[in-house]
Amino acid sequence: MPITVAGKTVETDEEGYLANRTDWSEEIAKEMAKVDNCDLSQNHWEVINFLRQYYDEYQIAPAVRVLTKAIGKKLGPDKGNSKYLYELFPYGPAKQACKYAGLPKPTGCV
Amino acid sequence: MANFETPVLGEYQTIPEVHPDTMVNSKPFVAKPDIQAGVGFPGELAPGWENVAVKKLGDLVSQSRALQVFLDSCVKCGACTDKCHYYLGTSDPKNMPVARQDLLRSVYRRYYTFAGKFFPKLVGARDMTKDVLDEWYTYFHQCSQCRRCSVFCPYGIDTAEISMAARDVMDTVGLGQKYSNEIIGKVHKIGNNLGLPELALADTLAGLEEDVKDETGVDVKYPVDVNGAEVLVVTPSADFFAEPHIDGLIGYGKVFHQAGISWTLSSHASEAANFSMFIGSHDNLHRAAMRIREAALDLGVKRIVVGECGHAWRVAYSFWNTLIGPFDFLDQRYPIPQHICEFTYDLIQRGALTLDKSANDDRIVTFHDSCNVSRASRMGNTPGGQFMIPRAIIKASVNKFYDMAPETIHENTFCCGGGGGLLTDDLMELRVKGAQPRMQALKQVVDEYGVNHVAAICAICKSQFTKVLPYYKYPMDMVGSVHGLVSRAIQLGAKN
Repeated sequence: MPITVAGKTVETDEEGYLANRTDWSEEIAKEMAKVDNCDLSQNHWEVINFLRQYYDEYQIAPAVRVLTKAIGKKLGPDKGNSKYLYELFPYGPAKQACKYAGLPKPTGCV
Repeated sequence: MANFETPVLGEYQTIPEVHPDTMVNSKPFVAKPDIQAGVGFPGELAPGWENVAVKKLGDLVSQSRALQVFLDSCVKCGACTDKCHYYLGTSDPKNMPVARQDLLRSVYRRYYTFAGKFFPKLVGARDMTKDVLDEWYTYFHQCSQCRRCSVFCPYGIDTAEISMAARDVMDTVGLGQKYSNEIIGKVHKIGNNLGLPELALADTLAGLEEDVKDETGVDVKYPVDVNGAEVLVVTPSADFFAEPHIDGLIGYGKVFHQAGISWTLSSHASEAANFSMFIGSHDNLHRAAMRIREAALDLGVKRIVVGECGHAWRVAYSFWNTLIGPFDFLDQRYPIPQHICEFTYDLIQRGALTLDKSANDDRIVTFHDSCNVSRASRMGNTPGGQFMIPRAIIKASVNKFYDMAPETIHENTFCCGGGGGLLTDDLMELRVKGAQPRMQALKQVVDEYGVNHVAAICAICKSQFTKVLPYYKYPMDMVGSVHGLVSRAIQLGAKN
């Protein structure tokens, strides 16, 4: 299912993850979220930006615990838990947020 | 949530009426050529693939007496028909174990039995065609290889072996499953199912040490690549990444800390799981497992302990010795390999750990036996140790424990619904429906005893329950690691 934003079409895999990470843009993230009926708030963006930064450094999405800790530091301790992240990303923070961030889907027993 | 109906839990498990083809459209994504290449298989079907498939099937039968007996000996008694969680949850008759076996048996008969060669119609023998291959792809990816049916088969026919053989044949002709094969490729390339590189692993473990220090005030270590450590721990990479898995890993570290035994993880062998078993590929099984032998030799450890992972323990307990042995370089006074539950149980028996059960008083706990641990391995020195030891650890860590109904635990346990390489979002309907018998048994102890926590010792079970519990109106965080319970109860510091 390719995604078209502002006249530019980018490839995705069967589940809607970007085929090439370099194709990512904020507009693409918004378009992906729109398909899921999700309106991206500033807090969503905090998560997405952290994921992208972490990926740049480590070539993998952060572990759930690493993510919750980082978000807790940014948005306040009451938000540094997976319950809050599931409120933001009901399909699962690891998978849904990675998708919007243009990262590959985490694989394995997760 | 997805577009299917979650089964309704009644008062007790019922056997559904047959509804043909209800799951005929359930099939996982097919692996693309680059993924196939990473595990040594052709990228797509090539002309003449039928002959390749038939020959591969013949090879597998000639290499495995067990497979031949399983294919030859079924008398269609029907004992297995209502034993598969996928049949109970979907009511599709092709999910009856005998029907699933017959998908492959019919082809075997056509090419490898006298009657099938000359009178195929009389004995239900079928040619290897694209339709048959597609049917295999659909229904051999609706078997979690949990082996429950084999417990009830009077001949001991093991559908898991047949399902592994079918997947091996499919891979050999270029039809692979994306989920499993992508994961196996990552193990070969990076060392674990997640694709978690060394730097990220080190960072994650350092963060964990910080967290535990913050919570307990104690410097519990989560070491990686420490030369000369006594014990190498290999654990599913989900233990580094996901919840509630990571609570188990935290628990292992606390147990080692209290025992005063040096241990290490390995960035080379940062995965206990070996999905190659699910696709029946011996070459991949061997290649993935060798990383563990290499790491053990490289680090100079004396013991290998395996973390909470169901099929990993089957591979370790039942296959390692011939697959990657001999282990003459390890300390022969300890079990080779040793399960983390055996390790902790032994310490509890010797009084080396102080556990405050009241730390878990908010939890009323039951235990889900994982299929590969229950039916394909053992723990300890006595038959049934794999059932007794995890329960003994739980009972030492909590005050309130209740087992689910006897026909749903121990060797009769129901699969979580996500084992055998099926823990993927493209099979969500199957996973939710296949969880129905386990959810039914859980409902009974929830209703009767107020159970609010399911402990498990398998990464797949933990992820699967996290995902499917909400479909049955239970909270996702109702599932946890056995060593997550230990972690809460264990008293750190000097022993009084």
